[in-house]
Amino acid sequence: MQLTLWTYEGPPHIGAMRIATSMTDLHYVLHSPQGDTYADLLFTMIGRARKRPPVTYTTFQARDLGGDTAQLFQDSVNDAYQRFQPKAMIVGASCTAELIQDDPGGLARALSLPIPVIPLELPSYQKKENWGASETFYHIVRALVPADKTISAQQYQERRAANKQAGQKPSCNILGPTALGFRNRDDVQEIKGLLESMGIEVKVIAPLNASVLDLSQISGADFNISLYPEISQLTCTWLNKTFGQPFTKTIPIGTKATKAFIEEVAQLANLDPEATLASQEERARWYAKSVDSTYLTDKRVFIFGDASHAIAAAKVAAEEIGFKVVGLGTYSREFAREVREAAKLYGVEALITDDYLEVEQKVSELAPDLVLGTQMERHIAKRLGIPCAVISAPVHVQDFPARYSPQMGFEGANVLFDTWIHPLMMGLEEHLIMMFRDDFEFSADATSSHLGHGSPSVKEHAPVPTSAEDAVVAKAVQVNAEVFSGNKPANLWDAAAEKELGKIPFFVRGKARRNTEKFAVEHGISQITIETLYDAKAHYGR
Amino acid sequence: MNAIVDLPKDQLSSVGKNIPIYKERGQREVFCGLTGIIWLHRKIQDAFFLVVGSRTCAHLVQSAAGVMIFAEPRFATAIIDDRDLAGIADAHEELDRVVKSLLTRRPDIKMLFLVGSCPSEVIKLDLSRAAQRLSKEFLNHCRILSYSGSGIETTFTQGEDACLASLVNEIPKAVVAQEKNLLIVGCLPDVVEDQFQRLFNELGISRVSFFPPKNSQQKIEIHSNTQYLLAQPFLAETARLIEERGAKRISAPFPFGIEGTSSWLKAAANQWGVSAQHFDEVTQPKIERAQKALARYIPMLESKRISFFPDSQLEIPLARFLSQECGMKVLEIGTPYLHKQHLEAELDLLPENSRIVEGQDVEKQLDRCRADKPDIVVCGLGLANPLEAEGITTKWSIELVFSPVHGYEQAADLAELFARPLNRSMRLAA
Repeated sequence: MQLTLWTYEGPPHIGAMRIATSMTDLHYVLHSPQGDTYADLLFTMIGRARKRPPVTYTTFQARDLGGDTAQLFQDSVNDAYQRFQPKAMIVGASCTAELIQDDPGGLARALSLPIPVIPLELPSYQKKENWGASETFYHIVRALVPADKTISAQQYQERRAANKQAGQKPSCNILGPTALGFRNRDDVQEIKGLLESMGIEVKVIAPLNASVLDLSQISGADFNISLYPEISQLTCTWLNKTFGQPFTKTIPIGTKATKAFIEEVAQLANLDPEATLASQEERARWYAKSVDSTYLTDKRVFIFGDASHAIAAAKVAAEEIGFKVVGLGTYSREFAREVREAAKLYGVEALITDDYLEVEQKVSELAPDLVLGTQMERHIAKRLGIPCAVISAPVHVQDFPARYSPQMGFEGANVLFDTWIHPLMMGLEEHLIMMFRDDFEFSADATSSHLGHGSPSVKEHAPVPTSAEDAVVAKAVQVNAEVFSGNKPANLWDAAAEKELGKIPFFVRGKARRNTEKFAVEHGISQITIETLYDAKAHYGR
Repeated sequence: MNAIVDLPKDQLSSVGKNIPIYKERGQREVFCGLTGIIWLHRKIQDAFFLVVGSRTCAHLVQSAAGVMIFAEPRFATAIIDDRDLAGIADAHEELDRVVKSLLTRRPDIKMLFLVGSCPSEVIKLDLSRAAQRLSKEFLNHCRILSYSGSGIETTFTQGEDACLASLVNEIPKAVVAQEKNLLIVGCLPDVVEDQFQRLFNELGISRVSFFPPKNSQQKIEIHSNTQYLLAQPFLAETARLIEERGAKRISAPFPFGIEGTSSWLKAAANQWGVSAQHFDEVTQPKIERAQKALARYIPMLESKRISFFPDSQLEIPLARFLSQECGMKVLEIGTPYLHKQHLEAELDLLPENSRIVEGQDVEKQLDRCRADKPDIVVCGLGLANPLEAEGITTKWSIELVFSPVHGYEQAADLAELFARPLNRSMRLAA
């Protein structure tokens, strides 16, 4: 049993739902208890979908358990087929139905429906959402893309080359975007536009908005764009093995990665990347270069999310914005190796965990200036009073915005720059707070004034606390000092040193405290004085 | 009405003024009882809710509550994994370990609910025994209780029923009779609770208490001299257990709207021998104020046709309020479960031509809804946006559980909740 305050991923059947909901004429019959229909809300509320997800639930209740739940399942499959007339169907069980072992696959097969019915085996007590999505996509593609086993991958490749007419554009598929994927809608638009500007034809985009017929065309493209490896890598690997379609490995998040992506794609398509690269207007790089951004140098950042977004974010943070990556981690165990490799680049050890409490512990130990993470890291950052921006799923409704907001490509890089810098205190304010601590309005313990929240000193004049939530925040801010100290005995500090520490602005105080304590321990100092504080400062630099 | 009523006649029964009650079975688009945690954890301020379930359960609770950013949430899930499924004894040790680490992290927690889920019920993990065992260990520090919020056993607000029932269960059955008291049963927003408290005081009914209490330390007084009023219609099990302890239910409509609130208060006042004159003196000014406030919304609601999808069991009292006090025409009232005794007084007040459907087959109900073309549909969030996209105005039902809607002062607010979507769709249509 695992104690979970927040979970990074849903169960695997949610992944399957994301695939089914992405597509236009595929139906999913899910054997599940009453109540599991909550998952519809993810799509209709968080994703603001206009249609109900194409999912039929058996919604069995306790009284059904004594009876024939297998019959209930078969009736549901029949009814769903009659009513929705899908072109293909997937069937499976949720966590509770897995326990009662009705074998949805076998039961559905026995009905002999005139459409492909694809059974899903998604072990709910071992695997999670992304795995479920990846597995579902793979099984759908395997079932729906006609493959002639007598023809080798190389023969397929040769055949495609031979059939190519003179002047015909190179072609690819974009694989991986799904319903409820973090910014997938706009990433697809950005990347499709980029590919088309290079003179490449995009044949199939799947599973997002793809039909069963679309999927059957996949094998016709020259290569694949594996846009979200968490969802698409398994499928792309199979397509490569079966049809000889190579696939991209670069995730085009950030200016540099987008350029590398263009080069990789150009190579796969036998094109010259120079024209595309030269024509791009790179605003994000210039913004980062402009002097206003100098104060961003070496801001300490903690990064957590799915593997692809975390690795990409670390690269952008370190190489394109000039932050210092002090922590990098992922909940995607399937890609732990890649994240470990990436973490080595920044001299940190990767945190591979799906335990929210472990992430919280790590963030409080590191006391970074900025957290780049998921919706869950926003809880942590709120508790610790650290600025935070969202870079990866899981996300809530505000991260399915109406405006165009890709993460990928050159526009994506612009979006990243704005999003990540926004929560940080702006340069002038940061300087002034360092110089003058006792301002009644711009307090060092306050959040940044450009975020529009009142500082604590302003709040004191308010007649009543505005909400219970505020009280919680206030309390969390109070306990911050203790959290940052990592539960070290407080008597290490003498009173004058403690007071001096208080003069250091809030957003760097945690680091100063940690450094000083570390310095004291290393130098066998039992009592930290003002002198120790400055000794440590001289030792470590700012 | 030109509706396709494709409902089985053999399962038909009727109540009161010969209103048909259809029973329907099929896919149910409802929440499970775990969702109750979202409001219960706010009401009982020193309680923590630990769901023992799967990742699905954890995902449900956070999808519902996760838009709020918590410094310290007062709910969590102990996720069962495949190691726990191997042997039950092992699962109990695991649960003990999780509870201990949780209570170490949160020493301020005085009451812990172990909340059962579908997986824990199906593998027959005995949470009540676990609660007893752990209670001994944390004696004087934290009370540990258990209830089921599983989808197979509970629908949405029934989670509150199960939770409150677990609290009542702690009270011994043979209780010595004490001075007559009034117990108001059902989770109410704090502001509503305070209003009712003042009203009962003014009526001269002393010794009024509210259940659940705001914190775990408050004692609940139930004995054979207790009379109780249900503030919510979904408390079947809680009521049964309260009655096992000798208390008597005061039959009344639920306190929605002006009429509902008056009848509800009147039912209690009668039991306490409050004179009609005094009752009127106390309530009349409040009624007049509420009428004035409510009048603003009546033109927007009058003659509008409304249908309810099943969700919370609030549907029947709300339909009564909307037809009786706002002049709306009720087409279909879906309810997940109908407790005829508790709703007796409500059913008598419904208009003759309403169609009550207990249970659900969501696809068929959607067909009926599309045929009925109501002006407004009360439904869950899984259906609301898709219906809006079809051009049907909706009022999402969960908000009715999350907003202060009981009593005189909220009568207009309650009407406004239904007027708002109508007003909005008119405004955006222009």
